[in-house]
Amino acid sequence: MNDVSDVALRLAIVFVVFLVAPLLVGQTEHKVMAHMQGRLGPMYAGGFHGWAQLVADGVKFAQKEDVVPAAADRRVFQLAPAVALLPYLLVLVAIPVGPGDGAVGQVVDAGIFFVLAVMGIGVLGSLMAGWASANKFSLLGGLRTAAQLLSYELPMLLAAASVAMAAGTVSLTGILDAFAWWWLPWQIVGALVFFVAGLAELQRPPFDMPVADSEIIFGAYTEYTGLRFALFLLAEYAGIVILCALTTVLFLGGWHGPFGADGLGWLWTLLKTALLAFVVIWLRVSYPRLREDQLQKLAWTTLVPLALAQIALTGIVKVAIN
Amino acid sequence: MPPIPGSGLAKGLAVTLRTMTKKTVTAQYPDTQPELPPRSRGVIGLFEENCTVCMLCARECPDWCIYIDSHKETVPPAAPGGRERSRNVLDRFAIDFSLCMYCGICIEVCPFDALFWSPEFEYAETDIHELTHERDKLREWMWTVPEPPALDPGAEEPKEIAAARKTADKLAAQQAPQAPQSEEGGTP
Repeated sequence: MNDVSDVALRLAIVFVVFLVAPLLVGQTEHKVMAHMQGRLGPMYAGGFHGWAQLVADGVKFAQKEDVVPAAADRRVFQLAPAVALLPYLLVLVAIPVGPGDGAVGQVVDAGIFFVLAVMGIGVLGSLMAGWASANKFSLLGGLRTAAQLLSYELPMLLAAASVAMAAGTVSLTGILDAFAWWWLPWQIVGALVFFVAGLAELQRPPFDMPVADSEIIFGAYTEYTGLRFALFLLAEYAGIVILCALTTVLFLGGWHGPFGADGLGWLWTLLKTALLAFVVIWLRVSYPRLREDQLQKLAWTTLVPLALAQIALTGIVKVAIN
Repeated sequence: MPPIPGSGLAKGLAVTLRTMTKKTVTAQYPDTQPELPPRSRGVIGLFEENCTVCMLCARECPDWCIYIDSHKETVPPAAPGGRERSRNVLDRFAIDFSLCMYCGICIEVCPFDALFWSPEFEYAETDIHELTHERDKLREWMWTVPEPPALDPGAEEPKEIAAARKTADKLAAQQAPQAPQSEEGGTP
């Protein structure tokens, strides 16, 4: 009985975090983006500086008609948003926030494998949406998504492999247990590659070629309305949370901090994640969208060699230490 | 020296971060009123005491948005034995602001200074017909007309004041020698 309530509590907490954190990121994006452009952003919803803007947006989305195009592949079309969103919920279960078993939804021994494999499924939602919409813009968006997934999954995996090599384990908690401060400069290249590749996989600007609204309307999401469209948007922000949390755990030492190691570790994880989420927004505001060929070039000629070099460096240092 | 690779990217990040720390330029209009520049063209006010129904404004209006109705009244002679005078009395003065293009020609052309620019701008209506505003509304707007901005330092004196001063000076010059001679010769 105790086990059941424990599992239920953990799942409930993960679920609440999964629903709240993306909204926090979204609201931060509204405000940070506005101020970076000399604007104020939402000011009315909720009364105080538009804090309830995303709630209002959600209500609006819920009221809209759910349209499925006549020529669409109905089942696949309707399933796609769930496929895009749910993997991030599953990943969140495995991410450790603090030390010990108490601060993680479920300890997974092959943590990196699980996390990266499940994250890859999320992109499948875009592919399904692109194919099932029976719309040429959606199809173009889906194809671009596929191309982007192929080229950026590789450096992401290589960078993560470097950390696994350094720690000698593929368990996320195991990696964090082995972490020491000098890993930061040691793995910095891998961290950059992982973060950039992750951004590209989330199709966040400046890597938002698959949804480039000035070229192909909204890519794979062109035909979506109402709640299903909102789910895709939620998936994007959930993806930001997951990517930032993963980068924190793998490269920035998660709950390790200069002080407050006992008891306040989870605060370090949240702080680092929030900081990275800010960087994600900052990059979006600062840079224009990459062209499709630039996108491929960046992945194959820069990120993959950098990730390979990082693995070589990790191997050399590892051997030298032993 | 070639630029350091990535320096442009860093510069871009710096620009956005700097903008974030600065004050925003957004004007929160319905909550705070905008600060309008002097001589703002908001709406046209009518000072009907000055209107002589000469119809110049209505005739010069490029899109015929001014409506004027009037009738004649006879005024009894000013002095006994004189002739009766006829005078135009304003019945209706309306401007259709759905037609008006805010060119200001009516204000320029008015010989008796009966029309003025008011900076008032919040007079939207839900029906286009309600944009034809009658004389009472135009008169209300008259009271929102600001006093004209002050002249630049060292500018030429306005013509009206110059003319008035000239007359006053002439009067004073005439009165000055007469004053000591007789008390009753006050008016020339």
